[in-house]
Amino acid sequence: MTLNTVDTPLVNSSRRDFIIKGTLVGGGLMLGVGVLPEAFAQAGATYDPNTPTRYGDAEVNAWVSIKPDDTVFIRVARSEMGQGTRTGLAQLVTEELECNWRKVKTQSATPGQSLARKRVWGEHGTGGSRGIRISEDYVRRGAAAARIMLVQAAANQWNVPVGELKVDKGVITHLPTGRKTTYGKVAELASTLTPPDPKSIVLKDPRSWKVAGQPYARLDTADKVNGSKVYGIDLQLPGMLCASVKSCPVFGGKLVSYDEAKISNLRGVKGIVKIDDSTVAVVADTWWHANTALNALPIIWDEGKGANTSQDGINKTLRDGLDEQGDFWQRKVGDAPEAIMSSTKKVEAIYFTPYRAHVTMEPMNATVKISGDRAEAWVPTQNGEGSHAALSEATGLPLANCEVYKLDSGCGLGRRGSTQDFTTYAAKVAQKFPGVPVKVIWSREEDMTQDFYHPIAMAKMTAGLDAAGNVTGMHIKVSGPSINARAAPHNIKNGKDERQLQGFYEKGPDAQLGYTFPSLLTEYVMKNTHVPVGPWRGVNTNQNGIFMECFMDECAKAAGKDPVQFRRALMQNHPKHLGVLNAVAKKAEWDKPLPAGTYRGVAQFMGYASYSACVAEVTVQNNVVKVNRLVFALDAGHIVNPYLAREQIEGSVAMALGAIFLPEITVEKGRIKQQNLDTYPLLKLSSTPRIETVLVPTYDFWGGVGEPTICVVGPAVANAISAAIGRPVRNFPLSKENLSLA
Amino acid sequence: MQLTVNGKIHNIDVEPTMPLLWAIREVVGLTGTKYGCGVAQCGACTVYLNGEPVRSCSLPVSAVGTAKITTIEALSKNNTHPVQQAWIALDVPQCGYCQSGQVMAAAALLKKIPKPTDADIDSAMSNLCRCGTYQKIRDGIHVASGQKKLAEVLAQYDASPSTRG
Repeated sequence: MTLNTVDTPLVNSSRRDFIIKGTLVGGGLMLGVGVLPEAFAQAGATYDPNTPTRYGDAEVNAWVSIKPDDTVFIRVARSEMGQGTRTGLAQLVTEELECNWRKVKTQSATPGQSLARKRVWGEHGTGGSRGIRISEDYVRRGAAAARIMLVQAAANQWNVPVGELKVDKGVITHLPTGRKTTYGKVAELASTLTPPDPKSIVLKDPRSWKVAGQPYARLDTADKVNGSKVYGIDLQLPGMLCASVKSCPVFGGKLVSYDEAKISNLRGVKGIVKIDDSTVAVVADTWWHANTALNALPIIWDEGKGANTSQDGINKTLRDGLDEQGDFWQRKVGDAPEAIMSSTKKVEAIYFTPYRAHVTMEPMNATVKISGDRAEAWVPTQNGEGSHAALSEATGLPLANCEVYKLDSGCGLGRRGSTQDFTTYAAKVAQKFPGVPVKVIWSREEDMTQDFYHPIAMAKMTAGLDAAGNVTGMHIKVSGPSINARAAPHNIKNGKDERQLQGFYEKGPDAQLGYTFPSLLTEYVMKNTHVPVGPWRGVNTNQNGIFMECFMDECAKAAGKDPVQFRRALMQNHPKHLGVLNAVAKKAEWDKPLPAGTYRGVAQFMGYASYSACVAEVTVQNNVVKVNRLVFALDAGHIVNPYLAREQIEGSVAMALGAIFLPEITVEKGRIKQQNLDTYPLLKLSSTPRIETVLVPTYDFWGGVGEPTICVVGPAVANAISAAIGRPVRNFPLSKENLSLA
Repeated sequence: MQLTVNGKIHNIDVEPTMPLLWAIREVVGLTGTKYGCGVAQCGACTVYLNGEPVRSCSLPVSAVGTAKITTIEALSKNNTHPVQQAWIALDVPQCGYCQSGQVMAAAALLKKIPKPTDADIDSAMSNLCRCGTYQKIRDGIHVASGQKKLAEVLAQYDASPSTRG
């Protein structure tokens, strides 16, 4: 077994080695490749904030510690779930630190350690495509400060002016004499120096980057191809028990009773835990035993009034919202309804987008161990501090007595961030088994039916055109449930929730509308149901991108204009939006004819502070759509790793294309009808088109990468289909338009 | 009951109805084979039974008999299988959770069809990936089968073997 030191935890390295070896030799644990060195270390590690030398290695500052052999440990506070943030942040640090990339390893900062050090690593939340763009400034300053201290240490050691030294890949050279030393040799001295004021540091111009900005290989691939990477679901700790959970299938329903006697004699079963008013867990020696027993457990639920809810009822509620009159407006420029009414031509369309489940490939899980007044959790999480808070709240123990070890997640997609039900459940179960680590895993069925779904939405889009085909007014009216109503009600002002209109904002930096209409009205009618909704990769740009960009094509057609030309005329005040539209049109050769039977569609939209555009090429035969090619342009301001940025764009296709074609999540008798991948399938390789990307960073802002492009896939493909079949498509998934995906 | 996993015989005391996946993960203790759906849809649980890929989540351990089981852990020593090498060179995995199954499915395809066409890849690679690594999986199979050079594929992404750090 190789002990992969990528992402080792912040513990004393000699102690870590001791624990790993000690446990392997004496612990009698399974020695298969599935054992996580970190987990051993974490299981045995005790953190003492008062011990300054706790890391063994010389900690130059919070971001960088260096071993005498020149291994550089870069601390990363953001979560890794495949998006490559670990590698990207390490590239940014290496760039300013001027260390040797080949000697870089990363470590995960834990929320408990961060708290004990006055949140030195800042926020841990990894969602909203923020992993790099929100932390880039302080991690680069931290790295530059470390470099300054290391070089100063060498100058002090040699008693020469610092100006006579130069550093390259971690080797410090005294220019007049040619003497050399390395970071590893001066790190300990450097760690005793007073750090420079971060504000005084001049960061490198990104255009001169040599490490950042390069298509470097990921730091964490090797153990993903041989089964040795340990995800939360794979964790094995000494004496561990496993649990499977079940919540009332109807949201808002309650647990009345269960017949414990029916399963208590089943093999491996250790107990049943009522987690809360609506959730029960079965605990056993293995998860399969726990889940098998849970499935056999007779449970009586009080399903509550949600049980009367049908999908048709929800759809009708949303549809009624579109006709409601009231104080719903968010943006008002001129009098759009009046301008539209008095126009030569009026264009109107109603769109529908469904609920979507996250389906992270690794189902929700968490492991918690509570010993005396101390709680530890091992969690695949997008928000370590959120998990920390959930652990503290569930156990009643102060934050200082709690610690969270983040494990890389098998997908995040927004499910593992603001909602921490998995951490809470594991903590509640572990409370009943003091001193015993308990791993709670949700069955796929539970994962799919107890999600926080992508909100269902409808929109009525109305526009006026003058005789020349110019837009006179645009009226956007969206109806549907609000994510903030559950997750962040304080962001709802006077009943208005701007977040549901993401992408239509007047101003940046997050999601500015890229068109200037002579008159504009945007409205959101909040229609909450008992079905929980939450952020799902791309969040509200998914449906709003479809509404806006499909409708723009309908308007262009009504105006008798080319879709790209029609958009350009409205984008003159939005040079960055226009920049990606032009870039994608050029790359896709929009002005050149296509082979007979192939049709194009275009879309541009903004989300997560980045500008995206897409051109799709499709063929449609007998209502079967083949997507042949997708071309993207992305302006994220700066690109830290262009290879991994392209992979994120390729990844956004799988979710977005699946979302417009594949069966939706529906509600029946108040519960989710689709329980597994047989009825809620995901996109397959055979349906994936060739994806080409042109990156067009403009170097004057920091945008996201993971989510921005997802919202242009659907409308670009839908617009290509409309061009092919000669009628607009407005109802998603497109099975509702009698279309399927090849 | 006896299970032969990666050349080793394991005497296990389990219910005959236990799916092979859980016997491998929780009894034998090899966790590289993943649970994704439990209904043979996603392929994250792919292992070989006498060299043939099967979805272990839906195969009761009693049905295995004396068949030799190979899991991802034994596909090669030190990531030396051409599929693993291509996967690493191209950074195919994102989150990586489904990749044990993807690698096993791709290696099985190459054993059967050493130079697969795109149509062969389409029909053989039915494993699901939520991160959307499909394009890189296709690239990886092209490289592993020697039908495309690594540099040629990297060039499509404005990269080359020397710019990868």
